[in-house]
Amino acid sequence: MADVEQMEAAGDHLQSAAGEKDIIEIIGMHKWYGDFHVLKDINLKVRQQERIVICGPSGSGKSTMIRCLNRLEEHQQGQIIVDGIELTNDLKQIDAIRREVGMVFQHFNLFPHLTVLENCTLGPIWVRETPKKEAEETAMHYLERVKIPEQALKFPGQLSGGQQQRVAIARSLCMSPKIMLFDEPTSALDPEMIKEVLDVMVELADTGMTMLCVTHEMGFAKTVADRVIFMDGGEIIEENEPHQFFDNPQHDRTKLFLSQILAH
Amino acid sequence: MASETATQKYEPGTHPDMKPPVLTSGPVYWLKENLFGSITSTILTLLAVYLLYLIIPPLFNWAVLDATVNAASRTECQQAGDGACWAFIKDRFLLLVYGFYPIEERWRVNLSFILLLVAIAAILWDAMPARRHFVKFSVAYPFVAAYLLLGGEWFGVPTGLEEVTTDQFGGIMLTVVIGITGISISLPIGIVLALGRIGNLPAVRVVCVMFIEFIRGVPLITLLFVASTMLTYFLPPGTEFNLLLRVLIMVTLFASAYMAEVIRGGLQAIPKGQYEAADSMGLKYWQAMRLIILPQALKISIPGIVNTFIGLYKDTTLVVVIGLLDPLGIAKSSLADNRWQGLSNEMYIFIALFFFICCFSMSRYSLYLENKLHTGHKR
Repeated sequence: MADVEQMEAAGDHLQSAAGEKDIIEIIGMHKWYGDFHVLKDINLKVRQQERIVICGPSGSGKSTMIRCLNRLEEHQQGQIIVDGIELTNDLKQIDAIRREVGMVFQHFNLFPHLTVLENCTLGPIWVRETPKKEAEETAMHYLERVKIPEQALKFPGQLSGGQQQRVAIARSLCMSPKIMLFDEPTSALDPEMIKEVLDVMVELADTGMTMLCVTHEMGFAKTVADRVIFMDGGEIIEENEPHQFFDNPQHDRTKLFLSQILAH
Repeated sequence: MASETATQKYEPGTHPDMKPPVLTSGPVYWLKENLFGSITSTILTLLAVYLLYLIIPPLFNWAVLDATVNAASRTECQQAGDGACWAFIKDRFLLLVYGFYPIEERWRVNLSFILLLVAIAAILWDAMPARRHFVKFSVAYPFVAAYLLLGGEWFGVPTGLEEVTTDQFGGIMLTVVIGITGISISLPIGIVLALGRIGNLPAVRVVCVMFIEFIRGVPLITLLFVASTMLTYFLPPGTEFNLLLRVLIMVTLFASAYMAEVIRGGLQAIPKGQYEAADSMGLKYWQAMRLIILPQALKISIPGIVNTFIGLYKDTTLVVVIGLLDPLGIAKSSLADNRWQGLSNEMYIFIALFFFICCFSMSRYSLYLENKLHTGHKR
């Protein structure tokens, strides 16, 4: 425990972009799938505009943890507070949280029967009740930001993987969320497309979005992250700012993991 | 000496697109490949041609060339020729189409049918001009049709049309009434049942499962018998519940149970990620269903849905066992007529033809729909 606090203190000084307020608080969170204890005593505080990268071996519970933040998964014990609203079974609170939290999935999950533009305007029109014209203008703005405005009237099936993922990012941004969650956004992409998606994510980070990103892209972590968190077996093993994390890992598990993934 | 066109050499990356050589596409090539590709193929092709030669000309002779269209009885037909006696159908045609609907009022049936085509076109045909207004008409159509076909007094208010009781309905008109009602109402009920069955509310789930399993567990005939005989024991004595209405309810509920399972299959085929993407955006349950899940699920289920519709449409012939006179019922009584005894071939071919035209049209429309919806998903 002392180690973690030391590291956090070290990290605090270097987080110039992060605000003061905690926008996400996870306190003593446990989760079980049946009898399987998948998340053990998760404690995490995320400040506004902080960028967090979560890494770890598969099955470590990292995706499960961020999916608990927008109630795609339920936690059985502990507290999760997002933007001041506590996550319970109350549907109203869940809906309020989901409006402020955008999510980008590994397999894009675009709606195949709608055009790219319709994918992006669906949320604002039906959840935030913006008028259609305004929603379309916002959508085109974000499609330009992810550099694919000319694809607006195409269907997702006609786009490449990298383009689809960028549409997915634009779709989440159209809801003007306060927090963006990324669940292995580049894991399903061909190597030549990974760069274009990471560029978008770096640009997004520069604008001050609070981001939690589960990824294996360590280059991205070094460039953008304020904190890197290593999870294994459902626990947070280590967290630190990137330079300390990669150059000076404290725990044996972390060292083993880093040696495995940085071998390529 | 044969001369070859030399294949020109191109720099890597500059090879132009060229057309394929002539003899690998086109009708002659297709015939050669598919019908005469090997010895076995050729033998089977010749055998098939021979079988067709044995079957088709005699059939054509019987059905068309030697057939009689004008005669007053079977004996007259036999005197006139060896072929089919379509005069039988001609004689019974109006009965087969309108049942016992009063002759002077048959214009109402015709009008209802034309309006039915308009109502259907509004729903199925995308390019219809002024479609929005016609769709409103389609929603109101059931009441319009009921008013036209039944007439009489509605809640004490005379409607200006003479009353026709439902026991005067019969023939093709009856089939269309039962079929269209069953088809159009079973789809929404089926969707609700399917959503209830896979939903999160245990009470709703149990009710849906029980309903679906009970209905699927018994033949439609037993349900029709229940409708026609047993229901009167459960209702207070003296209440009269129109037989046709009872049949319509039973047929609709029957189709809904099957439809629910077809749609449930479609819902389960949607990747979980679609539900998650809809949820993470903050869409509420019915919004997510309406905008994201159901459009995709119904599109996948089209073959199963149209299959159920076609089965239902033909199952309407079962009403003959409870005394409603659909075309098969009229066929039986017509064949019992002295003048036309023994002409079952003609009668059943005619009825089969009627059903084939209807069901094949539904099939073709379903393919059109699938092609139309598939353009959005081209990879």
